[in-house]
Amino acid sequence: MLRFMIQRSLVALAVAVTVSVASFLLLHLSGDLATAIAGPEATSVQVEAIRVQYGLNQPLLAQFVAWAGRAIQLDFGNSFYFRERVIDLLAARLPITLFLGVVALAVALFVAIPLGVLAAVKRDTWIDRAALSVSVLGQAMPSFWFGLTLIMIFSVNLRWLPVSGNTTWKHYVLPAVALGYYAMPAVMRLTRNGMLEVLASDYVRTARAKGLPPRKILIRHALRNAVIPVIALAAVQFGFMLGGSIVIEAVFSLQGLGQLAWESIARNDFPVVQAIVLVLAMIYIALTLAADLLNAALDPRLRQ
Amino acid sequence: MANGTRARHGSALRAALTLLMLAPSAPAFAGKANDTLVYASDTEPENVSPYHNSAREGVILARNVWDTLIYRDPKTGTYQPMLATAWTWIDPVTLELTLREGVTFHNGDAFGPEDVAFTFNYVLTPDARTVTKQNVDWMKSTEVVDAHTVRIHLKTAFPAALEYLAGPTPIFPAAYFKKVGLDGFAKAPVGTGPYRVTAVENGRGVKMERFAKYWPGSPIGSAKIGKLEFRVIPDADSRMAELVTGGIDWIWRVPSDQADQLKAAPNVTVLSAETMRVGFLQFDTLGRAAANSPLKDARVRQAISYAIDRKAMVDNLVRGGSRVMNAACFIDQFGCTDEGVPRYAYDPAKAKALLKEAGYPDGFEIDLGAYRERDYAEAVIGYLRAVGIKARLNYLRYAALRDLIRGGKVSIAFQTWGSFSVLDVSAFTGVYFRGGDEDLTKDPETIAALQAGDGATDPAVRKVKYAEALTRIAGQAYALPLFSYSTNYAFTSDLTFTAQPDELPRFYAAQWK
Repeated sequence: MLRFMIQRSLVALAVAVTVSVASFLLLHLSGDLATAIAGPEATSVQVEAIRVQYGLNQPLLAQFVAWAGRAIQLDFGNSFYFRERVIDLLAARLPITLFLGVVALAVALFVAIPLGVLAAVKRDTWIDRAALSVSVLGQAMPSFWFGLTLIMIFSVNLRWLPVSGNTTWKHYVLPAVALGYYAMPAVMRLTRNGMLEVLASDYVRTARAKGLPPRKILIRHALRNAVIPVIALAAVQFGFMLGGSIVIEAVFSLQGLGQLAWESIARNDFPVVQAIVLVLAMIYIALTLAADLLNAALDPRLRQ
Repeated sequence: MANGTRARHGSALRAALTLLMLAPSAPAFAGKANDTLVYASDTEPENVSPYHNSAREGVILARNVWDTLIYRDPKTGTYQPMLATAWTWIDPVTLELTLREGVTFHNGDAFGPEDVAFTFNYVLTPDARTVTKQNVDWMKSTEVVDAHTVRIHLKTAFPAALEYLAGPTPIFPAAYFKKVGLDGFAKAPVGTGPYRVTAVENGRGVKMERFAKYWPGSPIGSAKIGKLEFRVIPDADSRMAELVTGGIDWIWRVPSDQADQLKAAPNVTVLSAETMRVGFLQFDTLGRAAANSPLKDARVRQAISYAIDRKAMVDNLVRGGSRVMNAACFIDQFGCTDEGVPRYAYDPAKAKALLKEAGYPDGFEIDLGAYRERDYAEAVIGYLRAVGIKARLNYLRYAALRDLIRGGKVSIAFQTWGSFSVLDVSAFTGVYFRGGDEDLTKDPETIAALQAGDGATDPAVRKVKYAEALTRIAGQAYALPLFSYSTNYAFTSDLTFTAQPDELPRFYAAQWK
């Protein structure tokens, strides 16, 4: 187990380093940094002063080491657009995206796991096929389209929920459903397959032979085991959601990290884009690592 | 990538959305109930200080939160006292102003001559990093004469000065600004205007409330509505949905086809009006973006001018009172004229012939930067393609595009300019052709004519010089003026709101029915 953990951690570290390099280069490929920092009206003397001040005249490798050192301390410099510290912008926006992600994940699990169980129990019936259709639809439909459709039905027509913003819990309902729906298919299918496998296993047959009530077998014995890989998958899906909320946040005007990323791209605000890419990638790497380790802890076969 | 997908599906969805909105529905919670007017737009100014952004959203904030020295009545066009009660030209380069007493800033500080002198002197310093330099760089310095008087010294004669003092030159509180600096000011701005800012929320918008101690006798009067809120909502569909459901009260720049449908909604009023914003194509005539740029050749620029059917764009896309512009300015500005200015009627055959003559029989590839109505830019690209010019669209936020243009990295820029609502040609043509940051041509002849026009005290001479510059610009096709913009405002039917062509929604004058 220890060997496996070390191995996985090393892979995660390698990915993290690669992502940092890519993220660092992103900023440097965006053009002359000194000119960008100095602003459009700066004289060439001012630009040169900034080049020295920011160490932009040093070799790229030295700049990377210096940058990485600052990034580890969460110092990403200043936004070109707002002239504020990037970390302050991130600190204000990240909680909104995290909260949205958690709620969306809860929505996804709450709907997808029962649906998966139902599809497995009623295998090859119309219920199974209906559940499959729902999941295929979730993967096929662009999230912005689904988001706008939700707005149309629940905000404009029924007037149940607000259209945009993030001032109350009600504002999170529609975006969380739109975002969560995207993660549902994978969770549902994994639950269904897990259940099918478990239901056909010896110990379930034994439980049935003992005369236990079917509901107890299903929940206590089958689902418990079938749902283990789903927990790991959920961690990975959570990572996807943090990155995937860019479009949803734009549609619902949620002032999270996604919208900041979207706007910053259009504003050529590279320090912010870079920091968001890095932070989201790191969270994703951490979640994937956690999922791997969790899986291995639960299923000894994976450690081989 | 996602943006492209959105644009493709957007219009069909918008149509469906509009149809659904027209269905009878429960009454909305308009802002009238809690006396809060919420208006939304898509752009967040990079800094709420009026001298540090050039976004229209920033100009709107400026007019509601700050006062200016002079006020131009939009109905009569006459100048009236505001923070200054009287003004006289001591000589063509010295303007003396008597200041009003008893005016207080939102933080309680009394308004005085130091505030005027500090504001104008500060924005002229390089450290201030003023973004709207073109609005202030006619001033040399401002001095305090006595407790109620200031003198503005000009660099050269500039008769349009009063127009600028009645527009994009709000007065800051000197003591407070010195204490908090620009960063502090951006987060908690203070002015003397009818609304005071209570919160600047990054990414979300700005909250304001009526300034209870607003000075009596102001030509614009106290604000009628208790609270005012600016919300940034980037998505056009979300803005429309918010309006119809009563989440917000006022939107603008609604596309014409959607506006037609919104007119049928029971709780929404739609108002269409021409504005003084003019769209134009600005060409990289010096070849800074690409060394061997075809745009260095006047024949190519003329070919582009002949290739675009501006009349069709006005009639089918822009609508709502928009007009084709032939001179590089807004036709109602002082000094703007298209008489005797060369015109380019739609003539694709002539365009092709000119391209062939210039050595591009098969056209060429080029980049085109744009930041506003994407459909207008795409229409232009379509017209260019028809004569063989393949333009790639680079669609950015304004501040990003502006920086690229100033840096000489854009070949064709689809620009729009609202002149900061200044009704003088210097605020338009001067910005793009008088040798400043935005001038991609730096043509000595044009610069000389514009300088002569700006500096002449005789209005007749000014007109002649400006006409000279405009004729030169059109003849060389340094830029192609397209059309004046129209704007479709849509707002809750509870609101009494009137629009002005200067594209400045005066929320302080709006009221509930």
